[in-house]
Amino acid sequence: GVALAGAGTAARAEEALEPNAWEDITQYNNFYEFGTGKSDPATYASALTTEPWSVTIDGLVDRPGDYDFKDIMAEMTVEERIYRFRCVEAWSMVIPWNGFELADLLAMAGVQAQAKYVRFETLYRPEEMRGQSSRFIDWPYVEGLRLDEALHPLTIMATGIYGRTIPNQNGAPIRLVVPWKYGFKSIKSIVKITLTDEEPVNTWQALQPSEYGFYANVNPNVDHPRWSQATERKIGGGLFSPRIPTLMFNGYEEEVASLYEGMDLTRFY
Amino acid sequence: MTIASKSTWADRINGFVRKVPTWPLYILYLLPVPWLLYLAQTGGLGREPIKALEHELGEIALQLLIFGLCITPLRRYLGINLLKFRRMFGLLAFTYVTLHLLVWLVLDVGILSQIWADILKRPYITIGMVSFILLVPLALTSNSWSVRKLGPSWRRLHQLAYVAAILGAVHYVMLSKVWAVEPLAYLAVVLGLLALRLPKRRQKQTA
Repeated sequence: GVALAGAGTAARAEEALEPNAWEDITQYNNFYEFGTGKSDPATYASALTTEPWSVTIDGLVDRPGDYDFKDIMAEMTVEERIYRFRCVEAWSMVIPWNGFELADLLAMAGVQAQAKYVRFETLYRPEEMRGQSSRFIDWPYVEGLRLDEALHPLTIMATGIYGRTIPNQNGAPIRLVVPWKYGFKSIKSIVKITLTDEEPVNTWQALQPSEYGFYANVNPNVDHPRWSQATERKIGGGLFSPRIPTLMFNGYEEEVASLYEGMDLTRFY
Repeated sequence: MTIASKSTWADRINGFVRKVPTWPLYILYLLPVPWLLYLAQTGGLGREPIKALEHELGEIALQLLIFGLCITPLRRYLGINLLKFRRMFGLLAFTYVTLHLLVWLVLDVGILSQIWADILKRPYITIGMVSFILLVPLALTSNSWSVRKLGPSWRRLHQLAYVAAILGAVHYVMLSKVWAVEPLAYLAVVLGLLALRLPKRRQKQTA
């Protein structure tokens, strides 16, 4: 109930939220498993096999195990969520996701009381993911959330875009979407979810801790060391597309600011 | 035997080069500008044409700086004389660097306060700007009158091109999120071409 009301208010407040074209969303991607160029994922991700697919849920849960993707989908109620998507590189999109709340998936496995964090892992399959043959990243890609962030009603697992099956380059068959955090937090093609009592070290934090933190909340007041985060450019506007101001928590301040009350966001970036 | 065949081979190239006028090459090498603008307008540069255009122009500029740096080693080690093209490569490189900068200033950022903040606070942008500024006096003195007027100091002044090329390549390396191969390759080529100048010069000084 709370979840739907929250999403409803956000949706109503934002009549101006115009979703990007399918081509923007599916042809301009960061998915280093398929290469570092923006068009590499669209070019090479078709090599990925997404059937069969299962997600291992383990750690501090009552019912650990390998959950078949089809079994998960049979249990979940898929809905549409139109969210802003803000990349740490200062570009953005608006994406009409189809998915379900992560909280519902975690409830399937039964989160134990000692659990404080959720750790996610992307598939490691270099024979299908050509970018994984480069060693600049310690594969597999890892992300993490605090448990309250993971259980927040805005946090979803996406399995579709525009009512269609999510394309491989966007993280098929199942990916995380945390709309108030920079895009790299929204880990793709997930094969493993671990409930833990320790803060996971996410891939980008391990690679460059001064530039990418654990929280990675969208924040126009905390610059990336190499560029300003005060503005962003929405993809799809062509050669004369202007920068627009970046919103605190990517515009979801009302919904999520309370999660970080009393925290110094310049330290916990 | 090898030396003889090499020299005739180089002579043949030199003979051909002597006959080639430079002005059509200027036009040829400026054609990518309208072509890239056309692509940017028609979706040929992908879903984010501003960054793509900025990167393409910057990369061409770096390539042209590298071509300029090739002239001396080619003459020294292979006897191929392309000196008549060096000014052209320099001026074209400056043109592309300027266009690259303009795209960043006008289309990419476009907000004056942010432009200043970026130049002062972002090391890779500071380095890029320094590289551009170093190239300004070189472009202004890339004419026969300046060469005559400045005499030996013209050569010294134009050694700034070495610094500008290194900074340009470092600028490219620094903007990548990971150690990507391409920018590192450019930096390696620049450093390699500069290294080729070192031993000979030391010999000259001791001689």
